[in-house]
Amino acid sequence: MGKLSAVWRETNHRYRLIAHECGNCKKMYFPPRDVCPICHRESIGKMKEKELSGLGTVESFTIVHDAPPAFARQRPYVLALIRLDEGPVLTAQIVDSVASEIDIGKRVRSVFRKVREDGKGGIIQYGYKFVLE
Amino acid sequence: MQLSENVFIIGAGETKFGELWERSLREIAVEAGLKAIENAGIYSKDVQVLYGSNSLGGTINAQNDIGSLIADFSGIASNHIPAIRIEASTASGAAAVREAYLGIKSGEIDCAIVGAVEKMTDLYGNEMLDHLGTLLDREWEAFFGATPAALAALSARKYMHDFNVPKEKLMSISVNDHLNATMNPDAQYRNKLTMETAMGSTMVADPLNIMDCSPMSDGAAALVMCSESFMKKNKKEGIKIMSSAVSQDFLALHSRNSYYTMDSTVLAAKSALEKSGIKHKDVSFVELHNSFSIYGLTAIEDLGFAEKGKGKQVIDEGIGVNDSLPINPSGGLKAKGNPIGAVGVGQFVEAVTQLRGKAGQRQVKDAKFGMLHNIAGTGSTSYVHIVGGE
Ligand SMILES: [Zn+2]
Repeated sequence: MGKLSAVWRETNHRYRLIAHECGNCKKMYFPPRDVCPICHRESIGKMKEKELSGLGTVESFTIVHDAPPAFARQRPYVLALIRLDEGPVLTAQIVDSVASEIDIGKRVRSVFRKVREDGKGGIIQYGYKFVLE
Repeated sequence: MQLSENVFIIGAGETKFGELWERSLREIAVEAGLKAIENAGIYSKDVQVLYGSNSLGGTINAQNDIGSLIADFSGIASNHIPAIRIEASTASGAAAVREAYLGIKSGEIDCAIVGAVEKMTDLYGNEMLDHLGTLLDREWEAFFGATPAALAALSARKYMHDFNVPKEKLMSISVNDHLNATMNPDAQYRNKLTMETAMGSTMVADPLNIMDCSPMSDGAAALVMCSESFMKKNKKEGIKIMSSAVSQDFLALHSRNSYYTMDSTVLAAKSALEKSGIKHKDVSFVELHNSFSIYGLTAIEDLGFAEKGKGKQVIDEGIGVNDSLPINPSGGLKAKGNPIGAVGVGQFVEAVTQLRGKAGQRQVKDAKFGMLHNIAGTGSTSYVHIVGGE
């Protein structure tokens, strides 16, 4: 799906969980943003890259049965909203865990995994997933 | 130029919603448009602008420039009026109505047609999920396996957890939709749905079953809208658009203040009510955007009919066509159907039918004001319109 350049553009942020910190109000943003939605123009040019710890807490989760083609082989999979310790919330899968042990409030940490497979013999894309602590 | 014209709907029409395999996108768009013009009793030369509403034609049907397509096959290309496609995800319909409303209100336009269409059933299997993923944050939600249903499920689980609400309260929205749709000949699913069948249906994204989710639908809906002066000059009767409001939020669910309060809906509803001058108790019926059952329940709260977490009380008091707050008399997104770029205009068609007293078995008694709620995706945009009155 799409050109390789589109895949590589976000790769660093997906591989190493790099956020942007607003130099004005110190709030952390992931995915990274070039403008802070609180400080607006005061933040322009002051958003600094910061690596996240990859530690967080499950705020909600679902088990996805009806999956897009690129995820057909992973079905069913657990998708969650995870609040990272530094503040931002992201959407990611929880893997290598007993489904019945996953719950709101559980601690998780990020791991590096294959995320999706576009088409038969297509491009495999990597990024973060999470496991229970 | 007279400023602040009142805006009226003088014609409304729609196709049946459903799996219309034998019919093309342009055919159903033209059918709805011609029905609306016929219903208004005007001639196409009276129309000064066409707003075509559609969400995914560019990716599902490989067809863009849908404004021109509709104008062309409605036989009005040689009238040379502007024909523009409005796209605002699953809120495209209400967005197109609002553009026509603003144009007429400004005094620049006397008569406009809104033609909304979506053709979704030309795809195989779960290919549709790739297309629907384009309505989410492609890079940071869909990339990781999020689907619209999965994101709604994340909202549902957190809501049920925080307010100790059983799943049946969510599903009540779908059961109510199906009951109302049995009385709507344009609806996709005209079968009654029992709570037991609904709760036992196939799991899509836990805790949401397939009966929590609106279907894929083909369908088109159209309105003829005009100024008060045009209406009077041509001796037409219309339904007034009392107010139009829209509000925006972060695109991705994970960036918002809440997973189960759509701030965009809260703000749009507040604004629409203020501008109309009516109160919640004056609302005769609501057509709300239940693409997923959880969104129906939270919309009751976000539109201001209950406090957060207490939408279930409104459901317990009754949401049927004869109850105190009729919800989705049309059958809603679950049972009338969800042709995404057309669904917001379909809500207006239902409102016009109700306010004219022509809804037959599903008629809301003494219907005076309707509230219409159309959202984009998981709530990045919300439109609220109030229609009715003198
Ligand atoms: Zn800031």
